[in-house]
Amino acid sequence: MLEIVFLTLIIAAGTGGELCVSHAMKALGEVHDFRPTALGRFVWRAARVGWMWIGVGMMTVAFFSLLAMLSMENVSFVVPVTALSYAAGAIGAALFLREKISKQRWLGVLVVCLGVTLVWLSRR
Amino acid sequence: MKDSRGLHFKTYILLLFIAFFAPLGNVLLSKGMRAVGSAQDWAPQGLFHILIRILMSGYVWLGIACLLAFFVAYMLVLTWADYSYVQPASAFSYAVVAVLGLFLLGERVNLLRWSGIVVICFGVFIVGHTHPRTTEKR
Repeated sequence: MLEIVFLTLIIAAGTGGELCVSHAMKALGEVHDFRPTALGRFVWRAARVGWMWIGVGMMTVAFFSLLAMLSMENVSFVVPVTALSYAAGAIGAALFLREKISKQRWLGVLVVCLGVTLVWLSRR
Repeated sequence: MKDSRGLHFKTYILLLFIAFFAPLGNVLLSKGMRAVGSAQDWAPQGLFHILIRILMSGYVWLGIACLLAFFVAYMLVLTWADYSYVQPASAFSYAVVAVLGLFLLGERVNLLRWSGIVVICFGVFIVGHTHPRTTEKR
């Protein structure tokens, strides 16, 4: 039961956190100036967006859930399952960020999920 | 068209930055923490000594700098590119990890891992041929 809770947290909080950071960045608008002082100002503006901190908090929860999960289950089980976050990310982007995901992008996401699973299965 | 080409170019540059600095940061942190060693006892004095050794490690600071560079690049690219584009495309870092491991650390990469890396690169190639931005520009 605890494993299911942690896996859900890894996928939901990890992907949710990245979606929140993405939402915060879209609110700031496209960056055109890449000089160090402009980048410093950009980071300062980003730190004042609430979604950014919600995202970082959720990503922190996901990270510690991953550590907890790895202490209970084999990595060959945990990480292929966490590759589902690529699919969850695409679904979240469509629903939460209103991105239009073409069939080609869906196919690419699924192929990446498969590849990540193979890489992690090769660890042992 | 020119705008689209420019958008693709800066997106690819930052994705390469992300794919390189995230694994490099992790490798450097790992190297630094292994040199520091694990805590022998959990008494405050022991933990304080470990903390001092971590803060004195050049590898740890380099790793933190790389991870900071990665996160700023990640934030920057998300100001214009779709999350559903950036997330799978940044999985290219798995290939960078294998190459870094092979050439810098002399690690052996087995056939299953190379197969996974080729599949990831193919997936990234497919995603990379979609337009980075499908939402309205702010």
